[in-house]
Amino acid sequence: MKKKLATMAVAAVMAAGPVMADLVFPSLSYRTGPYAAGGIPFADGYADYFTLLNERDGGIGGVMTKVPECETGYNTEKGVECYEATKGEGALVYQPLSTGITYQLIPKVTADNIPLHTMGYGRTSAANGKVFSHIFNYPANYWNGASVAINHLLDTNGGDINGKKVALVYHNSAYGKEPIRTLEELAKKHGYELSLLPVDHPGQEQKSQWLQIRRDRPDYVIMYGWGVMNQVAIQEAANIRFPMENFIGIWWSGAEHDVTPAGDAANGYKSVTFHNVGSDFPIFDDIQKHVVDKGLAAGAGDQIGTVLYNRGMYAAMLAAEAAKTAQEIHGTADITPAMMRDGMEALEITEAKMTALGMPNFGPSFKVSCENHGGPGLGGITQWNAADKKWSLISDFGPSDMDVILPLITADSESFAAENNIEQRCN
Amino acid sequence: MFYREAGDYKTSYQDDGQTFPIKFDRYRYYFVLFVAFAMVPLLINDYWVNAIFLPFLIYSIAAIGLNILVGYCGQVSLGTGGFMAVGAYACYKFMTGLDIWIGGVQYALPPINIFFSVILAGLVTAVVGVLFGLPSLRIKGFYLAVATLAAQFFLVWLFNKWSWAYNYSASGQINAPEREIFGVAITGPSTEAWASYLFCLVIATITAIIARNLTRGASGRKWMAIRDMDIAAEIIGVNPLKAKLSAFAVSSFYIGIAGALFFAVYLGAVEVGEAFGIQKSFIVLFMVIIGGLGSIFGSFAGAAFLVLLPVLLKLMLADSTDQISGFATTMSWVFMAALVGSVGMLLVSTLRHRSLIAGAGIYWIFAALASFMAYALAIGGMGWPTDIVAHMQLVIVGALIIIFLIAEPHGLAQLWRVAKEKLRLWPFPH
Repeated sequence: MKKKLATMAVAAVMAAGPVMADLVFPSLSYRTGPYAAGGIPFADGYADYFTLLNERDGGIGGVMTKVPECETGYNTEKGVECYEATKGEGALVYQPLSTGITYQLIPKVTADNIPLHTMGYGRTSAANGKVFSHIFNYPANYWNGASVAINHLLDTNGGDINGKKVALVYHNSAYGKEPIRTLEELAKKHGYELSLLPVDHPGQEQKSQWLQIRRDRPDYVIMYGWGVMNQVAIQEAANIRFPMENFIGIWWSGAEHDVTPAGDAANGYKSVTFHNVGSDFPIFDDIQKHVVDKGLAAGAGDQIGTVLYNRGMYAAMLAAEAAKTAQEIHGTADITPAMMRDGMEALEITEAKMTALGMPNFGPSFKVSCENHGGPGLGGITQWNAADKKWSLISDFGPSDMDVILPLITADSESFAAENNIEQRCN
Repeated sequence: MFYREAGDYKTSYQDDGQTFPIKFDRYRYYFVLFVAFAMVPLLINDYWVNAIFLPFLIYSIAAIGLNILVGYCGQVSLGTGGFMAVGAYACYKFMTGLDIWIGGVQYALPPINIFFSVILAGLVTAVVGVLFGLPSLRIKGFYLAVATLAAQFFLVWLFNKWSWAYNYSASGQINAPEREIFGVAITGPSTEAWASYLFCLVIATITAIIARNLTRGASGRKWMAIRDMDIAAEIIGVNPLKAKLSAFAVSSFYIGIAGALFFAVYLGAVEVGEAFGIQKSFIVLFMVIIGGLGSIFGSFAGAAFLVLLPVLLKLMLADSTDQISGFATTMSWVFMAALVGSVGMLLVSTLRHRSLIAGAGIYWIFAALASFMAYALAIGGMGWPTDIVAHMQLVIVGALIIIFLIAEPHGLAQLWRVAKEKLRLWPFPH
């Protein structure tokens, strides 16, 4: 009996093997838990873009795409389970949308030869492609975000923020701690005074932090928050009447659901972003026609055009473009994860390409290379208008202070390389 | 018939006092060990190890540790997550080379072998556990639970704040570098599935055997005496200070080992707030409650239950597949028929007895559940939205805890015990 079962299992594997025709883009999503408010729109956007490609273009290069979804609940143990469960299906690229899960997956994907794209999150120093062969975090990372925020302060102050007080309210985790070193370096350069206010997971309790802000009266508050922490912080800021235009969140703290609970009081709140906002792009007509009208929209279908939906869609677009690039490089439509990695390393996004995709000026133009997996690190600032209930981009995608960031990236990635005996590539 | 004491003659005290006095039980135990050590390592892949076996073994060690404290000694603890964190960070420091600063000069130990790092991490946790166990000499019950809760929050805060503990890394994450035993990688990304499995299995087996013998011996009897009535125990000569603190020490040693393995072998990278939060304390406590207080087998059963259940629910409900073999399709029809049949019989039984569970009702409920499970697995998963499945999982685990607390407060271990009692008389129960 056992022998029979074993034979059947072998037969099943062999039968299933060659049928792997789909391009698999697993979505490690979280639609439950304290971070679900951010996880849902991102997962919807990610899934809808691939559905659009399937319905409109018949997949990528003639091969249909598949997006198996696996619920992680922002939990690292479930993240591992999801990774192990989906990697056998020929997963081309992982996007876990969680810095904790990213840290777990960095060594694993490298060993399994599957690329990992952590767009605007994860380990910042993974931007150094010489050390991190399979990790990509283009087009921007946490340290770029911190620098863009400081640059915005410089702009609004005529280039001088010497002596100003800046407070960082951050999620007390690997994610929230990331920008501290950059902000400290920038403080040395620009002469502002930095104070640090950690908020513990999940972030519902912030009374003491905001009491301290009320007492210290910083000129500006920068926030690295996620999930329910954002709403609470913005509400608390409104309660102590902190001027919203002096309150800047990172891109994970700038979605509709973060500001709406505070109502009109949130008007003027700012957020850094690396892609455009709103639904005023031709691609949304296609999504309406090919996805929504056919009843194929992911989730409840009520997130289309929100900030994080756009981000999920943008992530999917970058993955699809990288897959196309990989198909061109290797001359085959049926690509493997290793080929996908090559495609990501050779990815070039131009304005013309984005316009052709129906996403003009949706994000910065950039080119990935073997050394630089982090892109140019451009970022813009969006501002919330409570009356219209809309985010709008109030600046161009400007550069961040690479003079400060690059040495930090090199130092951190080289210490990782030394710890793990990694030989540098791209020489 | 086979499961009985009769005919199994014991000729020495040692034989008489062994863990499994019944021959059948003994051979079953050897068989389980044989399968676990010799057969499973040949058959498993990354998925089985990382999603099922490693969490099962590691949580089992943690559950044994907590069971010693809660189940045997009667001291409630909600600090399990914090103690696991101590084990994880201690293991990290030992495996990367412990550094000590005295007067501005750094003294560093060389990195210690991973096996000894894990054991040392357990010892460090035992010391910390004794410190946080001191309040148990004055307070008990809910008050002690609150005191251990303080340990949980304090330790998590400490490892977030104290950058020495995470070697001053920018993000506060700790990463397990590659470490080997006899040239085989145990931690790190290029670990073979069987290697990490066997490493955890060896430690789990040793710790379980030690725990079993501790609890059968003098120290275990002292713990149980304290649990059952501390004043009476004191009167008959049990020193409560020694008994309680030794329970805290042994329990924390186990939990520390579990934390070290959890970080170094299972996850490889850990962040204290996320991995060792209050959630962890609760889940290990649930394992102990569902498995059975005061039972080593129960610790394994509870860990298996809470590790397997989410995976099983996910496979049954959330997954979906396009390719179903003809055999599976046929089987799914059979199971579907069984499901319809048992639901029908349940309805009939409900109408007849005017009660859902009277008569054969309870059996039809189980039959319906079983046929539904079989059906879902046969068709490769129901393909329901992942968020609904995640919510259902919370509901089901919560409901099971309530059911166990009401119907069988001694957990799965008691069901097992009852089954063994019945088996002893089978097939002539009178």
